Amino acid sequence: MAILTTEGLTYIYSAGTPFETAAVDHVDLQIGEDLMVGVIGHTGSGKSTLMQHFNGLLQPTEGKVSLEGKDIWADKKMLREVRFRVGLVFQYPEYQLFEETVFQDIAFGPKNMGLSGNEIQRRVLWAADSLGLDRELLGRSPFALSGGQKRRAAIAGVMAMLPKVLILDEPCAGLDPKGRLQMLRQIRDYQKQTKSTVLLVSHSMEDVAEYTEKLLVMDRGRLFCYEDTAAVFRKVEALQEMGLRIPQIASLMLALRQRGCDLPEDIYTVPQAKDALVQLLRKGAVSC
Amino acid sequence: MLKDITLGQYFPIDSVLHRLDPRFKIIFTMLFIIMLFAGNSVWTLVLSAVFVLMAQFLSKIPLKMSWRSIRPLLPVLVFTAILNLLLIDSGEVVWEWQFLHIYEGGITTSIFMIARIVLLMVGSSLLTYTTSPILLTDAIEALLSPLKRIRFPVHEMAMMMSIALRFIPTLLEETDKIISAQKARGAALDSGGIRERVRALLPILVPLFVSAFRRAEELATAMECRCYRGGEGRTRLRQLKAGVGDHIGLGVCLVFLGASICVNFLKL
Repeated sequence: MAILTTEGLTYIYSAGTPFETAAVDHVDLQIGEDLMVGVIGHTGSGKSTLMQHFNGLLQPTEGKVSLEGKDIWADKKMLREVRFRVGLVFQYPEYQLFEETVFQDIAFGPKNMGLSGNEIQRRVLWAADSLGLDRELLGRSPFALSGGQKRRAAIAGVMAMLPKVLILDEPCAGLDPKGRLQMLRQIRDYQKQTKSTVLLVSHSMEDVAEYTEKLLVMDRGRLFCYEDTAAVFRKVEALQEMGLRIPQIASLMLALRQRGCDLPEDIYTVPQAKDALVQLLRKGAVSC
Repeated sequence: MLKDITLGQYFPIDSVLHRLDPRFKIIFTMLFIIMLFAGNSVWTLVLSAVFVLMAQFLSKIPLKMSWRSIRPLLPVLVFTAILNLLLIDSGEVVWEWQFLHIYEGGITTSIFMIARIVLLMVGSSLLTYTTSPILLTDAIEALLSPLKRIRFPVHEMAMMMSIALRFIPTLLEETDKIISAQKARGAALDSGGIRERVRALLPILVPLFVSAFRRAEELATAMECRCYRGGEGRTRLRQLKAGVGDHIGLGVCLVFLGASICVNFLKL
């Protein structure tokens, strides 16, 4: 069953001024449960605006957003409830930390949910562990942490609410390669463990290729497609036209195929490519 | 929500008013304010209204934008108008009910006050709508430059102002983002008593201050890296030059001001 549905979702910025633009333009979507979804699109394609509709931070100018079949704007009192069930981590979330200790900051969301002290404690520790935050850091001021640790603390703050849908806007922006890899793995593990739906907004085709099952592609406010990751990366030309590209390894595979190498289609991650190339070499058919 | 605050927001279109010299526009605004408050007759208001309408027409700013600059003031306006109505007891009694009396004087004072403030807001916001913040501070610096003789740090002041103006939209955007982020974590910003509401502001104010300080420090470093050392011997990319239009405008303003002072003396 679809957990998030949109029908004709449209959002217009600064209506009635010279800056008027449709940031999201008639988007129809059905996003299922227990999924890892990548959200890609050129800068300004409306990804972030669309994400803010999913937890009711923005109200659509036109159209509907439903969570588990219920229109989230039907009852405004339920909006807060919606925000607990659809967690949203903004870009550079480390700038939202404010509490005296990391523990209290992560506990902010769960506390707002009205959970019991024990449950809050359990969830904070669990979220910190899932993101590899040292427990001794929990007693420190969030402002004393390193950049990467701050990021983790901020994301843990949303994960601790255990939302049904977790949206992460560029969670890896500005992290070093090692931190990036760790973060992506932890996010995937989180998804597997909670069986929730995770939406990962990213500019890195390599990241979404490796970690997501489906891709949501936005282009100038419109939904270009929402399909299996492999299917999206087959649309090489269309992606290039909207300023995106396929993963580098997929380009390499494509180039090899065009030169006549006998390689299967739909290879877009390094491990897949490695296996395919090793097989090819074993066959001894290296003529390209 | 926060984007509704239009103070210092430039409206980038092309119009006669946009092209005028910003120094002259500041002077026009000052003359207009003097005109508005110089006289006590209805004619002063009529003249000021004509002046504002003319400027509004020349600026091509949609009326909707001007309405936006008045809207936040409405509650204050209504409140003071009611106080004026009830508390001023000059002239004849027009209406009474139990202990409430409304006098003629109260009515005229309220109308004058509302008209003046509305005209003031609409007129002076035209200045910021048609002049980019950078030009505005350049103009202020130019107008205040005589004060340099008495060692008043005019350039530094202007620099501080332009930095402050420059960061208003940035900080507003930042505030919006922080509010959204905390709302996403279930922060309740619009419920509860006063104490809860003030407490609810902490998750917004703390990150906002932290980031304002961070930005200030980054900016200071960036300026030092570029060897910024104040206004001494500094030339400008854009020289302010007065044209024919500016002098015509000055003439028009003076005529209006003169007329307004005249009608006041003639007690029309």
